[in-house]
Amino acid sequence: MKFGIVQFPGSCDDVDALGAASRVGEATLLWHAERDLKGVDAVIVPGGFSYGDYLRAGAIARFAPVMEEVAEFARAGGPVLGICNGFQVLCEAGLLPGALLPNTSLRFVFRQVELEVVDPDTPFTCACARGERLSIPVKHTTGRYYAPGPVQVVLRYARGHNPNGSQDDIAGVRNEAGNVFGLMPHPEHAVDRLTGSTDGLKIFESIREHVEHRVFA
Amino acid sequence: MRARVLVRPKEGILDPQGQAVERALPALGFSGVSNVHVGRLIELEVEDPEQLPAMCERLLSNPLIEDWEIEEPGR
Repeated sequence: MKFGIVQFPGSCDDVDALGAASRVGEATLLWHAERDLKGVDAVIVPGGFSYGDYLRAGAIARFAPVMEEVAEFARAGGPVLGICNGFQVLCEAGLLPGALLPNTSLRFVFRQVELEVVDPDTPFTCACARGERLSIPVKHTTGRYYAPGPVQVVLRYARGHNPNGSQDDIAGVRNEAGNVFGLMPHPEHAVDRLTGSTDGLKIFESIREHVEHRVFA
Repeated sequence: MRARVLVRPKEGILDPQGQAVERALPALGFSGVSNVHVGRLIELEVEDPEQLPAMCERLLSNPLIEDWEIEEPGR
């Protein structure tokens, strides 16, 4: 299978996402100004500071030409994963419910957190068990999730691990159809034992399982 | 036409910036300050002010978490 990783001016986790995806499949970068998704099976909107986070994190990136195609891809049921700034972009674009607000502490947080898999029946968590714990780092200033109504929670921060004041300890949510998923923690930074945890790989492996099952079922 | 757009956190949404400012003022000897909120001011020149509300809804604010208000001086 082939992953496509969107690259905006100001993305900085695109290369790690490319590396993580390359461990489980093929992976290629998708430049923000182009509309060609290069026939990928899954799209990753990576972390960073797209367009300098001007106005609000993710507010400008959602108007990039590539995002129109990503929205079309999502509407057709293609799996789309937004990590950190990518999560903010997907919320601003209306592909996911809710919004990300400044951390309650007003500080940048950078630490390893424990996550709990609330929903293993998604293309992004199907390689995990319900209630499984994942150890994955967070690094952000604007990660306090807020939604005015009920949302489909996929990952929660384990008790005592909420780094940003997120409503109901929400770390990751999906859209109603289940094919768009955003999370603040960075699975692409937890794929090598050298950096302490390989739990992030499970997210990428889940996507591969989902795509391959769908193609060959 | 010159216009100003004021964007502020929606009521009921935790505003840690406002709280931080509210706590800092008494430290400088200013008392009796409450309900501090920090928002954003956007100044712009527009040919067609009728378009301002749509600009506010689609880009200048995120209506889920922010309220906006348009000030058009001289109107």
